Amino acid sequence: MTMETAQPGPAALVRSIEPAPAAKTRSHWLWLAAVAIALALPWLFFNWSTGRHSGFVLIMLSEIGLMTIFALSFNMQMGQSGLLSFGHAILFGLGGYCTAHALNAIKAGGLWLPTELVPLVGGLGGLAFGAFFGFIATKQRATAFAMITLGLGELVAAAALMFTGFFGGEGGISTNRVTGVSLLGASYSASWQVYYLIVAWTLISTVLMRLQTQTPLGRLANATRDNFERAEFIGYDPRMVRFCQYLLSGFFAGIAGALYAILYEIVTFDTVSAPKSATALLATYIGGVGGFYGPILGTILIVLLQSGVSLLSNAWLLYVGVLFVVMVMFAPNGILGLIAMHGPIARSGRVAALIVPYLRVLLPGLMVVGAFVLLVEMASFVTIGAEQGKSFKLGGAMHIDPFTLPPWVAAAAALVVATVWLRLEARALGRVWDGLSDEAKRLGQAS
Amino acid sequence: MEVFVVSLLNGLVYGMLLFMLASGLTLIFSMMGVLNFAHASAYMLGAYFAYTISLLIGFWLALLISPLICGLIGAGIEMWGLRRVHKNGHIAELLFTFGLALIIEKLVQMTWGLIAVPYRVPALLDFPLFTLYGTNFPAYRAFMLLISGLMFGTIWLALTRTRIGLIVQASLTHPEMVSALGHNVPRVFTLVFAGGTALAGLAGVIGGNYHTTEPSMAFTMGPIVFVVVVFGGLGSLAGCFIASLLMGLIQTFAVVFDYSPADLLKQFGLTVTSSTPFAEVLTVPLPRIGALLPYILLVLILLVRPRGLLGTRDT
Repeated sequence: MTMETAQPGPAALVRSIEPAPAAKTRSHWLWLAAVAIALALPWLFFNWSTGRHSGFVLIMLSEIGLMTIFALSFNMQMGQSGLLSFGHAILFGLGGYCTAHALNAIKAGGLWLPTELVPLVGGLGGLAFGAFFGFIATKQRATAFAMITLGLGELVAAAALMFTGFFGGEGGISTNRVTGVSLLGASYSASWQVYYLIVAWTLISTVLMRLQTQTPLGRLANATRDNFERAEFIGYDPRMVRFCQYLLSGFFAGIAGALYAILYEIVTFDTVSAPKSATALLATYIGGVGGFYGPILGTILIVLLQSGVSLLSNAWLLYVGVLFVVMVMFAPNGILGLIAMHGPIARSGRVAALIVPYLRVLLPGLMVVGAFVLLVEMASFVTIGAEQGKSFKLGGAMHIDPFTLPPWVAAAAALVVATVWLRLEARALGRVWDGLSDEAKRLGQAS
Repeated sequence: MEVFVVSLLNGLVYGMLLFMLASGLTLIFSMMGVLNFAHASAYMLGAYFAYTISLLIGFWLALLISPLICGLIGAGIEMWGLRRVHKNGHIAELLFTFGLALIIEKLVQMTWGLIAVPYRVPALLDFPLFTLYGTNFPAYRAFMLLISGLMFGTIWLALTRTRIGLIVQASLTHPEMVSALGHNVPRVFTLVFAGGTALAGLAGVIGGNYHTTEPSMAFTMGPIVFVVVVFGGLGSLAGCFIASLLMGLIQTFAVVFDYSPADLLKQFGLTVTSSTPFAEVLTVPLPRIGALLPYILLVLILLVRPRGLLGTRDT
């Protein structure tokens, strides 16, 4: 089975997303803005009357930070090297376990290490396990690699329940991040201190991973992804390239796992299990695998869905699944790919012509989403929610009884009508789009 | 001896069940290059549909209708989903089926609840068929063997004796050539996908009441079926058959023999105590490793022989 022949997409996309020299300064401003937002965000939710931070928001933001590192490290394999892994969480979780043990050792006085540098333990743990698993997995590529990582993931997840010495069985390993050893004199008992520690490490890791894409190794990883035979003919060993990428990816996944251990102060077998691996895959793919920044967008979206929607609905994973399938079907290059598609039209200065067709798609689009959500919520209420003694409310005010037929018929009819309408509007949008991109192409050729 | 014979029979039943699932997946994987993550979801859907239908009109009709519904769903997925994703490459196809598996699991949870449903063996078959060394052998297991044996025969005849079967066989090894000869390969794909899904559904109907019918059954069964397919080798139904039986027997026998590596070392005069290095690893009994064996085999075969037992191409 050959995968690289059927996959010209990512390579073409990387070229189009890679900023032109003139755009470099603009990208520096984006980085600065992102850091400023990350530093300022907790204060937007600061309760000035009680003088307290919102714990929920802080934990959610921290989760975004560490999952960003995790997803970016996943993309080092998937987007950069074309290696689809179904067991990336083993590197994350094992890094977390190493950190939990290290924190306990520091607390017991057997090891001296300031809390600020503890994530390095996780990173080195991830690196060491990455060397071991990478040696096995990178012997193959494409589907065989995916299958090996699937097997390794299942093995480690099962081992985590079997060997209680290192993994602590079902209870996991509990730890305490307040070790009393700090470079900055911070105790890390408050979650805002932990948040800023995570922001710092996220920034460091992201910058390092970004720089890594520009090293010869990063470029070679792209080369082996697109055409491994040609890379081999030039004289590079594709397996070595894959191995190095896996190793480095393990280092960063380990750092993410370490931050997880510091944030939650417990590491259980969930961190090495398949759902965790799937989260990285979903976030990366929804954000976009082609460019560097896609996984960041995807992670923000997934964590917001996870923290926000899971409070409101039992079915949040279903929404994520549907979003994922829709993205795979209609936007295989993810959110970032959708944005990048507008590049040529934006350069020709005609983006404004898209506003009206977009608005016309938006209305039936919202209707489809609304009707679908209503159907799902009614179904999940009938089977799961009703047992929990809740009543079914829409927007907090409108009462609907999902045990009667009318709301079901209405929602289903709305879904069908809106879908047909959406298809018509989407076709109209497609015609406008084609016209504009032809125009952009002509302008491009003229200049 | 008695343990051996009983385990052999049980392993055979489990192996044949695996083959029902894996044969469809092998055909799909070999022809279309799609590693179908949603295949085990069809197994789960088969079991749940059979549960509901058997409550309404009885088990025997469920045995017929449930696989049919699964086959129709499979045809729909192929025609409206996979075909569209196909142009984006194999990874996109694989991820599409992965997303579908997630969605189906959630939908099943929402329709039938989070816990297992009481899908039982039909009363007509709920008796011990014969007694072997004091252990009863349930008639239902014999029935499972019969169904899977019949299915194996039907597939075999269909693939070797019919025109469409010959085209399918040719598409397994030379899909481009078959297409070049003017056959409608996409329609063959739809047919094979629907057929494979229906077989998985049938496996669900007869396996759901043998094991438990619960929302997590797809995700526990899925990886094992992958192991069988990869182990047996691409493009080889015979390899798939051998791998299924092997995996069924290995998993059944591993549960029976309560030994650990420490016992083996004892034969050579080495005693493992709690202070020995890796004592925890060495004292794990075989039944607990049993669940891990398929994955160890998967990793090993991919490292040593990526084309599998009887495969004709590398995975």
